[in-house]
Amino acid sequence: MELREFINFPGLTFPGLKITLLKPDIFFKQWYSWYSKIHSSHLESPLEVFHNHVYRLGIPDSHIVLMLADDMACNYRNPKPATVFSHKNMELNVYGDDVEVDYRGYEVTVENFLRVLTGRLPPSTPRSKRLLSDDRSNILIYLTGHGGNGFLKFQDSEEISNMELADAFEQMWQKRRYNELLFIIDTCQGASMYERFYSPNLMALASSQVGEDSLSHQPDLGIGVHLMDKYTFYLLEFLEEVHPASQANMNDLFKVCPQSQCVSTPGHRTDLFQRDPGSVLITDFFGSVRKVEITKDTINLTSPVEPPIKRSGSSDIQIESLTYVDQLPVAEIIHQKPKQKDWHPPDGFILGLWTLILLVFFQTYGIKHLKHIF
Amino acid sequence: MGLLSDPNRRKALTGLLTRLNTPICIVCYLAGIVWFMGLAFEPFTLRTYMSENAMGSTMVEERFSSGERALSLAKEFDPPSACCGLNGMPVEWLVKAMQSRGLEVFTQSFSRKLPFPDENKERYMVRGTNVYGILRAPRAPRTEALVITAPCSPGNTNNQAVALLLALAQYFRNQIYWAKDIIFLVNEHDLIGTQAWLEGYHHTNITGMEYSPLQGRAGSIQAALSLELSSDVITSLDLVLEGLNGQLPNLDLANLFYAFCQKLGVLCTIQGKLQRNDWDTAEGYTHAAQTMMLMVLKQACGRSWGDHGLFLRYHIEAASVRGINSFRHYKTDATTIGRLLEGMVRKLNNLLERLHQSYFFYLLPSLSRFVSIGYYMPAFGLLAVILLLRALDLWVHLGAPALAAVDGVTEPSSPGVLTVLTPVVISHLTGVALYLLPVHLQEMAVEHFPVSETEAVVLTAIAIYTAGLALPHNTQRLLSGEGTEQGWKVLKLTALLYLAVLLGCTALINFSLGFILAVTLVPITASITPHMPKALYAVVMVLLSPAFTILYCVFIYQELIEAPVSVSEGWMLFLSVISQGILDHALYGSLVYPLLALFIYPCWLMFWNILFWN
Repeated sequence: MELREFINFPGLTFPGLKITLLKPDIFFKQWYSWYSKIHSSHLESPLEVFHNHVYRLGIPDSHIVLMLADDMACNYRNPKPATVFSHKNMELNVYGDDVEVDYRGYEVTVENFLRVLTGRLPPSTPRSKRLLSDDRSNILIYLTGHGGNGFLKFQDSEEISNMELADAFEQMWQKRRYNELLFIIDTCQGASMYERFYSPNLMALASSQVGEDSLSHQPDLGIGVHLMDKYTFYLLEFLEEVHPASQANMNDLFKVCPQSQCVSTPGHRTDLFQRDPGSVLITDFFGSVRKVEITKDTINLTSPVEPPIKRSGSSDIQIESLTYVDQLPVAEIIHQKPKQKDWHPPDGFILGLWTLILLVFFQTYGIKHLKHIF
Repeated sequence: MGLLSDPNRRKALTGLLTRLNTPICIVCYLAGIVWFMGLAFEPFTLRTYMSENAMGSTMVEERFSSGERALSLAKEFDPPSACCGLNGMPVEWLVKAMQSRGLEVFTQSFSRKLPFPDENKERYMVRGTNVYGILRAPRAPRTEALVITAPCSPGNTNNQAVALLLALAQYFRNQIYWAKDIIFLVNEHDLIGTQAWLEGYHHTNITGMEYSPLQGRAGSIQAALSLELSSDVITSLDLVLEGLNGQLPNLDLANLFYAFCQKLGVLCTIQGKLQRNDWDTAEGYTHAAQTMMLMVLKQACGRSWGDHGLFLRYHIEAASVRGINSFRHYKTDATTIGRLLEGMVRKLNNLLERLHQSYFFYLLPSLSRFVSIGYYMPAFGLLAVILLLRALDLWVHLGAPALAAVDGVTEPSSPGVLTVLTPVVISHLTGVALYLLPVHLQEMAVEHFPVSETEAVVLTAIAIYTAGLALPHNTQRLLSGEGTEQGWKVLKLTALLYLAVLLGCTALINFSLGFILAVTLVPITASITPHMPKALYAVVMVLLSPAFTILYCVFIYQELIEAPVSVSEGWMLFLSVISQGILDHALYGSLVYPLLALFIYPCWLMFWNILFWN
């Protein structure tokens, strides 16, 4: 397709150089893939290895929201401080120099997770802690930790339920915060977490079915804890073979870690997804792959873009102009005018205090003395 | 109408209750005993398991290797000249040894005058020094600590344990994975030293000890281990759990010890008895029952059976590990013991919270099986129900004569509370006398009689106990309700409820003590009336009184540890048990002696009063 035809293609708009595409098979693709990982309460940390793969496949740190509840690298019990290894042979330090943990320790709560997903964060939240996605973004969410039938445990004191997650995804859909979403969960009875999804364009993978436990892979005898879960281990082995140009698709991902290797039965859900899983590339979610075709022809952009053709006979139907949600209201932050303080009537405490003072006053001086005053 | 507010139904219920009272009581008593004995039967017990997630299922690889060096150090610690017996603990040597290993060393001196000389340990005026070194965690804030202690006393230098402690300290100092400070404590005069150190550490003074304040501190103590090795060669390790007032550490600590014993292949025992696998044979069952009975007896006497027992009061989970040389073929070397301790301390290091996931109230028929409170409490409940049923029966009887008095008999209506008050007050005053007088009158007794102070105290206690038996004859004149049926019934009702409350509260805190007292007291108190043959019943009552219960327990204990004693030796042991009980109360705050003297004995006296009511 020639570039001129491409630019004149109906339905294209050019505000701020974001290209909105209505047909999926245009060669010029610009995906913003977002990768949000939550690591709730496990001592293993497979996500750093995930981080490496995702990083390698092209997603920058600014597009990754990493939530770690336990600080393993700097824990006093770590015999090799500031490092986390994925294998007991200690070949690869997955913590590295460039891991950016966006939510750490006690900041990893259900509320923060849902706020990140839905975008309802206070104006002062920095960009690195936000999910700045729009309706052309593909999002990958990876959760691991302790879970059960219908919930995932956060921080030993909270749980997120499958209904909450499904509602959060629906909010995201209605606010147009994602194009397609891949949800991977590695906990006991993980399949229960995706049972309740009802928004379109969601694909989910879980490490075990309802009633099954997900098991750990190998212990480290130097510390006395397990390093990684089985499902994640085999998933990462699979990802090692994925390179930016690979054509591996979701069907291959579904085959990762069969029951013979994982003891639990991994599950997946694709009925809400509009494309056939066989045609969805792994790199659609795990990487940020841009197909660029270089052309040496010059194009003269002389005539302005023609306005969209108005439909006849429907002048009273208002076509509302689509705008993007103002996710980072910079104007509010930087140019803040002092707000007018409204006058509030005195609240209970002040009222009570004054009543007390008045009572004591009248008690001391007696009502009959009042007539001397008035 | 409701079940209890409908008079017809109520009459039917109460009729049923009074008719079937005795059979139900007998059935309950037998059921209680059978339930208790059945606790040791293996299918009724649960296998122990590690409850705390942070201690995990995987084991660290222990790398401690300087066991032999520890033993040679032990010989250095125990030369005849610097031994504990002559000059007390070699404090300077210990301080230098700990400092050279990089610990922060501090000492604490303490002194205590016992209320009367302790004949078992031969001490009266105790003065000593505790030495402790703190290994600071390299990266952690100093908020939590673990304690490893090796008691060192004049009779038992425990030098191998002290040397192993020093070797462990040197090994631990080279590691960087410590999240808690580790305190290596060598205390003198075992329990007294530990009490002084704990009181200094927590800034309390509950037992009247004088001690110098601690100069160095390490944060809140999460767990403690006490190590006693009696010889160079160890064939088995014994775990001691019972602490002061029958308090037990969290079962996870015992599970941890057992897990490491299995991993390192060390022979581990509890109550000095090995595990057996043949639970379906008679010998297997008796073995488990014996182990459980030993634990019950040890818990009931309320004293701390190892140095760890005093830590439990401060909510510090602690256990004692005792090395035993029983001349087996297979011996465990010091390196393995060091590795066991290293593994346990590393696992405790991984904890993020205090041990709280597993049980605090349990009985162990063996190291791998346990009985939790939910399973053993019904045994006591069945015995307590007897008292309540009897009280209910009396209540019904006391209410009934009100209907029979309408035919003009001028009987005074129920005597009221005052007649009951007199025996109660007098019994309790006797109890107070039993509690206070033995210790306070010892000087007077020693002046007038050719006995030592300890014997004076014990014999005074027995004398007051026996004197209480003569009370009914002398106090009858003071009673205004004498001669009435109502009088003794009201007294018995009060006494039964009082006993039920007492035993219930005791069983909640120290199940073993409550159960043993219930087993002997409940039959006689439930069935006592003034109308029984007085002589026979008096003998039975005396034979089942608290003092004789202690005597029986002494004999049973000696049988169970396979060192049976003759009657005279048993009697001497009984006297020493009484003196130890009084000393434990004075030195560490054990509650068994005050409970028996101030509450159980007066209660028993009230029943004795009922027997001689006329």
